[in-house]
Amino acid sequence: MIFSLRQSVALAAVACAGFGMASMAEAKTFKWSNSGDVSSMDPYARQETFLLTFTQNIYDPLIRRDKNLKLEPALATKWGQTDPTTWFFDIRPNVKFHDGSPLTADDVVFSLNRANGPGSNLQSNFVSVKEIKKDGDMRVVVTTKYPDPLLADKWAAITIMSKAWAEKNNAVNSADMTKNEENFATRNAMGTGPFMLKERKAGERTVLVNNPNWWDKPEHNLTEVIFTPVANPATRIAALKAGDIDMTYEVPPADTESLKKDASIKVMEGPETRVVYLGMDQERPELLESNVKGKNPFKDKKVREAIHRSIDVEAIKRTVMRGQSYPTNLMVAPGINGYMKDLDKRPALLKPDEAKKMLADAGYPNGFEVGMDCPNDRYVNDEKICQAVVAMLAKIGVKVNLKAQTRNLYFAKILRKNDLSPGETSFYMLGWSPAQTYDVHNVFEALIQTPNKTTKKGQFNAGGYSNPELDKLADAMEQETDKAKRDDEIAKATKLYVDDFAYIPLHQQALVWASRKNIDLVQPADNSFPLRFVNVK
Amino acid sequence: MIAFILRRMLQSIAVLVAVGLVAFSLFRYVGDPINAMVGQDTSMEDRAALREKLGLNDSPPVQFLRFISNAARGNFGLSYRTSEPVSRMIFERIPATLELAFCAAIFVLFVGVPMGVYTGLYPKHWSSRLLQTVSLLGVSLPPFLLGILLILVFAVMLHWLPSFGRGETVQIGWWTTNFLTLSGLKALILPSITLGLFQLTLIMRLVRSEMLEVMRTDYIKFARARGLSNRAINFGHALKNTLVPVITVMGLQLGTLIAFAIVTETVFAWPGVGQLFLQSVQFSDIPVMAAYLLLIALLFVVINLVVDLLYFVVDPRLRSQGGAAKVAGH
Repeated sequence: MIFSLRQSVALAAVACAGFGMASMAEAKTFKWSNSGDVSSMDPYARQETFLLTFTQNIYDPLIRRDKNLKLEPALATKWGQTDPTTWFFDIRPNVKFHDGSPLTADDVVFSLNRANGPGSNLQSNFVSVKEIKKDGDMRVVVTTKYPDPLLADKWAAITIMSKAWAEKNNAVNSADMTKNEENFATRNAMGTGPFMLKERKAGERTVLVNNPNWWDKPEHNLTEVIFTPVANPATRIAALKAGDIDMTYEVPPADTESLKKDASIKVMEGPETRVVYLGMDQERPELLESNVKGKNPFKDKKVREAIHRSIDVEAIKRTVMRGQSYPTNLMVAPGINGYMKDLDKRPALLKPDEAKKMLADAGYPNGFEVGMDCPNDRYVNDEKICQAVVAMLAKIGVKVNLKAQTRNLYFAKILRKNDLSPGETSFYMLGWSPAQTYDVHNVFEALIQTPNKTTKKGQFNAGGYSNPELDKLADAMEQETDKAKRDDEIAKATKLYVDDFAYIPLHQQALVWASRKNIDLVQPADNSFPLRFVNVK
Repeated sequence: MIAFILRRMLQSIAVLVAVGLVAFSLFRYVGDPINAMVGQDTSMEDRAALREKLGLNDSPPVQFLRFISNAARGNFGLSYRTSEPVSRMIFERIPATLELAFCAAIFVLFVGVPMGVYTGLYPKHWSSRLLQTVSLLGVSLPPFLLGILLILVFAVMLHWLPSFGRGETVQIGWWTTNFLTLSGLKALILPSITLGLFQLTLIMRLVRSEMLEVMRTDYIKFARARGLSNRAINFGHALKNTLVPVITVMGLQLGTLIAFAIVTETVFAWPGVGQLFLQSVQFSDIPVMAAYLLLIALLFVVINLVVDLLYFVVDPRLRSQGGAAKVAGH
C-alpha cells in the first residue's frame, strides 16, 4: 500500500516534471517594433548603433558589452597586450556557427579584415592597426602602429562572420554601392550569436529564431523574435496597446503619460549616452550671420559665459522635454569612461540684468543679433529646444534668428567641409555619443580638439574652439596606457573646456521604451536592445 | 485606333522624361545623402570619397543623363540606404500597394456606386440624407486621422482586426498576396477603408448627380411609358448613361489611390512602395525616389490610356467619331 502510494507520488512527480518541461518548451514569440528598419543584415554596412546592435543578436563580437556597458568575454576568452603595440585575442574553443561549422582564428582574421575592407563602414575602428594575423588555430595577434589603449573597446562593435560562408556566397567584401549587384550578406547572415536569421524582408519584417547551440547559457526564453518597422508613432503605440507587438522603443514624449496609465503596459525610462549641446563659432574673425561687424562676439569667453548661464536647462526639461531629459554640464554622460562626476555642475543661472552687464563688459551693451541652426528631425524635440533657447536669450538682449531644417540639409550646412574649413553656421545644436569606444577621448578628438587637416583631429568641432593645452592633453591620453596618468589627463582636459565655456551642454535625452507587462528586458544606456536579456512570462 | 495608341505612347515617353528631369532638379533640395549613409564618426575624407564614388559631385545634368540611360536599361542602381538593388526593392513592395489599391477600388466601386444610385433615385428620402451627411465626414477626415481612429476602435478596443502590417502572405512566383490567408484578408480591411473613403464619397456624389440628371431625361420617361421594369430602367439605361464621367474619375482615382497610398501605408505600416518612398525621402535615397516617381508617372500614363480606350467601349458615339476622324485624316 505504502509502496504503491510512493509509486504514484513518483509518477505524479514525473508527470509534473514532464508537464513543466512541456510548458517550458512552449514557443515564446517576441514581437517588437521601431520607427525604422535595420538598413542591412551585413554587420559592417554602417557605423550606426541600431545596425551594429541589431546584428549583434546574430553575430557575436570578440568582446561584448554587458548590461552596464562594461566589457566581458564573448568569442575571445582572453585578450590583452603583450607589449604596448601588440594585442592578443584567445578564441573561445568549441563555438559553432549557425550552420554547424566550428569557429577558428581564420574566421576572426577574415572578419576583422572584412570590417576594414572595401564597402565596410567600420574602417575608422582600424586606424591604429598595422597587421592582423593568426597564431595557431585559436589565437589572433594584432600589431598596432602606435600604442592604442582603446583597441578592445572599439572592437566590441566588430562581430565575427563565417569565412567559408562569405567565400561560398561571394560576400567577401561588404556591398559596393557603385555596382548594381546584390551582396549576399545584405539579406543573409552566418554568425555564432544567440539568434539565427530565419526571414529577412527589408522594410517589412525580420524574423530571428533561438540558436539552441549557442556557446553561452541563454538568459532569455525566446524561441522566435519578429521585428517589424512601423514608421508612424501613433500606430506603434496602438499596436502595443492592442497586443499586436510586445515592445517598442522611441516612444514619443507625448504618449508616455497615457502609456503609464495603461495597466497592461510597462514604461522604462533611462538616460541615453548621447549628450545634446549647443556650439558657437569661435573661429571666424566675424560671424557669418550676425549684426556685429569686424569682430566675433563668441571669441570672448565672457559672452560665452553669459549665454551659457542664461540658458535654463531645468526649464527646458520641465516644459519642452516633459521631464524626459537629464541636464548636464559635460560633453560626456555617466557610463562613458572619463565622465567626471565632480565637474558635472552647471554654474548658477544669471539674472537677465547680470547677464546683460556681463555682455556690456564684453562690449555689447545692447546685445547683438546672431543666426542659429537647428535640426528638426534628429533629436527629441530639437526644434522646440532651440525655440526655448531663442526665448531665453531674447531676455538678455541677444536676438537669435532660428533656422530649423531637416537633418540632411542641416548637417550639410553646419558640418566642416572636406578640407576641414568651417561649415556655414554661427550657433548650432548637435548631439554626440562616443559610441565607438565609450571613452571620453573620442569626444575630445572629434569635438573639442583644434581642427587640423593633417592629424585629422577636431573633424566635428564645428565651432572651431581651440586650446593648445587641451590638444596636448588629448593627444597624450590617446596613447597613454597607464590608467592613473590617463585619468589625470582626462580630468585636466575636462576642466579646461568647462572653464572656457567651450560648448553649452544641455542634456542627455531620455530613452523611453514601452512593453507589455509580461515582458522582462534590459535597457542599456547606449540605445542598444540586446534580445539575449528578454524574457516573456 | 492603333495610330491613337502609338501617339499616346510617344507622348508618354515625353512625360516620363519630363518627370525624371523635374524629379532630379528637386533632389538637390532633399539634402545630402552621404550624411544619412555614414555614422557620426566617419571622417570628412571618407565622406568625400564616398560622394565622389557615387558621382554626387557631377553636375545635375550629367547625373540625370546617367540615370536616364541606366533606367532605360532597367538598371536603377543600389539603394543608398539598404544597398539592395532598387528595382528589386520596388518589385517586392509593389504587390502590397497594388492589392491595397485594388481592394480600396473594389470598396469604392461596390459601395460607392450603389450608394450613389440609391441617393440619386430617392434624393428626398431620409436615409439618402443620412448617407449624404455621413459621406461629408469621409471627405473632411484626413486619412491619417481616420486610420488611427479605425485602429483605435477595431484593434485596440475591440481586438477584431490587426493594428498594422499585412498579416500572413502567400508567395506566388515573385508576387506576394494577401488574398489567400485569413490574417492577410483581415489586415486588408482597415487600410482599404482608410484609403478608399475619400474616393467613395467622391464617386457616390458623382453618381448621384449624374443619376439625378439622367432620371429627368426624356428617354427615361419613354422607357417608363414602355412599361420596362424599374430595375431595367435604373441600371440598364440610367446607370449606363452616367458611366462615362464615372469611368474617367474612377480611372484617375485608381492612379491616385496608388500614388497617395503613402499616407495610409505609413499609418498601417503597410509594406508597399508608398512607405518605401517615404523612408527614402528621410534618407535622401535618390535612386529609390527617382525610380518610384518614374513608376508612378508610368502608372498614370497607362491608366489614362486605358481610360481613353474604355470610352470607346462604353460610348458608341466616340467610336463613330473616331472612325470619322480617321477618314478625315486627323
